[in-house]
Amino acid sequence: MTTLASILMDGIAYGMILFMISVGLSVTMGLMRVVNLAHGGFAMLGGAFTHWAMTAAGLPFVPAAVLGLLAVMVLSVPMERVLYRPIYRMGELPQVLATIGITFIMIASVNLWLGSSLLSIRLPAAMSGAVDLGFRTLPTHRLYVLGAGVVVIGGLFVLIERTRFGIKLRAAVDHAGTAACLGIDTSRIFALTFALGAGLAALGGILGAELLPIDAYYPLRYMILFLTVVAVGGLGSITGSFVAALALGVLDTAARYLFPDVGTIFFYLAMIVMLGLRPQGLMGRA
Amino acid sequence: MRQILPFAVLAAVAVAAFYIFPYNLAFLTRMTIMMIFVLSLDLVQGVAGIATLGQAAMYGTGAYAAGLFAIHVWPDPLAGLAVGAVAGAAIAFVSGLFLMRAHGLTLLMLTIAVAEVLQEVANKFSDITGGTDGLGGIRMARLLGVWKFDFVGQTGYIYAVCVLFVVMVLLKVVIGSPFGLALRGIQDSQARMRAIGTPVTRRLLASYGLGGAVAGVAGALAAQSTQLVSLGVYSFQLSAEAVIMLILGGTGRLWGALIGAAVFMTVHEVAASVDPFNWLFVIGALVLAVVYAVPQGLMGLPAEVKRWIGRLA
Repeated sequence: MTTLASILMDGIAYGMILFMISVGLSVTMGLMRVVNLAHGGFAMLGGAFTHWAMTAAGLPFVPAAVLGLLAVMVLSVPMERVLYRPIYRMGELPQVLATIGITFIMIASVNLWLGSSLLSIRLPAAMSGAVDLGFRTLPTHRLYVLGAGVVVIGGLFVLIERTRFGIKLRAAVDHAGTAACLGIDTSRIFALTFALGAGLAALGGILGAELLPIDAYYPLRYMILFLTVVAVGGLGSITGSFVAALALGVLDTAARYLFPDVGTIFFYLAMIVMLGLRPQGLMGRA
Repeated sequence: MRQILPFAVLAAVAVAAFYIFPYNLAFLTRMTIMMIFVLSLDLVQGVAGIATLGQAAMYGTGAYAAGLFAIHVWPDPLAGLAVGAVAGAAIAFVSGLFLMRAHGLTLLMLTIAVAEVLQEVANKFSDITGGTDGLGGIRMARLLGVWKFDFVGQTGYIYAVCVLFVVMVLLKVVIGSPFGLALRGIQDSQARMRAIGTPVTRRLLASYGLGGAVAGVAGALAAQSTQLVSLGVYSFQLSAEAVIMLILGGTGRLWGALIGAAVFMTVHEVAASVDPFNWLFVIGALVLAVVYAVPQGLMGLPAEVKRWIGRLA
């Protein structure tokens, strides 16, 4: 019983992190039809900025994390304009090549700037202890992650379903050409969505540093993980990403707890089964 | 004549490399093996249009099959190549049965998953495969009963280059055949090919199997020349690097696979030895320069340069 509760708690927290990092990837891939292998790089950059702000500038966790988040969003806008815009119209393979190239540059930059060692992010005392619920204790960090995940999915829901920007975004995802004909500035939508996705990835990277440790090679190490969430959830679907991230998070955690010597095989077999049953992803459209 | 000339150039380059870099034969052999591996990817991805990031599944299976065959059955190199080819084709065929129905991102992810699952399986059965220590103790017999594999790697290099030639000629014939044209047609439009009566899934499966056989040969060669098979033969990195090399050189014309492998591995080797900490900058810049300046890959460079000059004039 205790094991089951721990699995659920850790798995859901892990799933929330996966969701935050992957949702931007899913939306940009659905919107701009770009296979963006560099997306994990934004999570790494968020963590790297935060680590730097805490160690070199001596800021406490919260301002450092806000700084990291903003730095990534500010950086992502010119990157979208200069590096990504030319590849929107290219085929799948040049996109893979270009975004791998961008990933390499990100890794090399962080490697040059902060070295190749682990970039730790020390959590403040208020977040690192355990909270006593009376019948059992829970790591506080997991609760914060859970809360952040709920806020993110709620915020995204309001943004996409209830605002003008959301209407334009959905129109552009459905058919960018038609949306542009109706007077929607799609390149603005692209840039804003890209920055938002990069920011969410950075948030996930910072909050998830305990589960997915940050170092220069982070984007390559976890690339498959994030892409799996997007593929299983269905391209462009926020709900799909959420369900897929939670399912994969819980499944992977359960496999680690219950069958520690089976390794990652369980994760990949689950992915094969899910994609075999639903090739378009859980919520994807044909 | 136009068909023969590139082969003559390739032969000349291979011979020249042998005499100019006598102390780098191990690296040249690795490069030659990588060329064969990227060729297998060119058939699958460049010609038939099957997007994959898991070609290492076939390479690794060929490597393990050839290594185990040499240790337990018969250390003859050519027999080992045949075993590697059959093993690669078999794994491609079996995984292809469900892979060939997927497309796009789903297909990419499934190909990755196949390679990862195989890597875990190889890791689990460590009493057979050696697990993380690798499969060691591969001793090859003389090539054709005559040439001994020497310490400097002269035999290994010449052997690999000969295999590369055979594979190249074979694939040239295949992609020029009606089968090869059907694959190109499938890449352009599956719907149209289906409409004119081509059994699309069966053709794709055949090309994936053939590509798997070639990848298996590359893996077998690697096992024989390094006398070791490690879990890295199934790594995502290997698959991804092969894709980079292929797109770098230019897809669908086979020569691009060779150029891409040669350029990538040379730049990688030189940059990593000059600056072991920041070489990734050089690789990243190279990759980006090719995508933005010559989207067709290095094979498209002459045409692109002609266009630039034309614009100036």
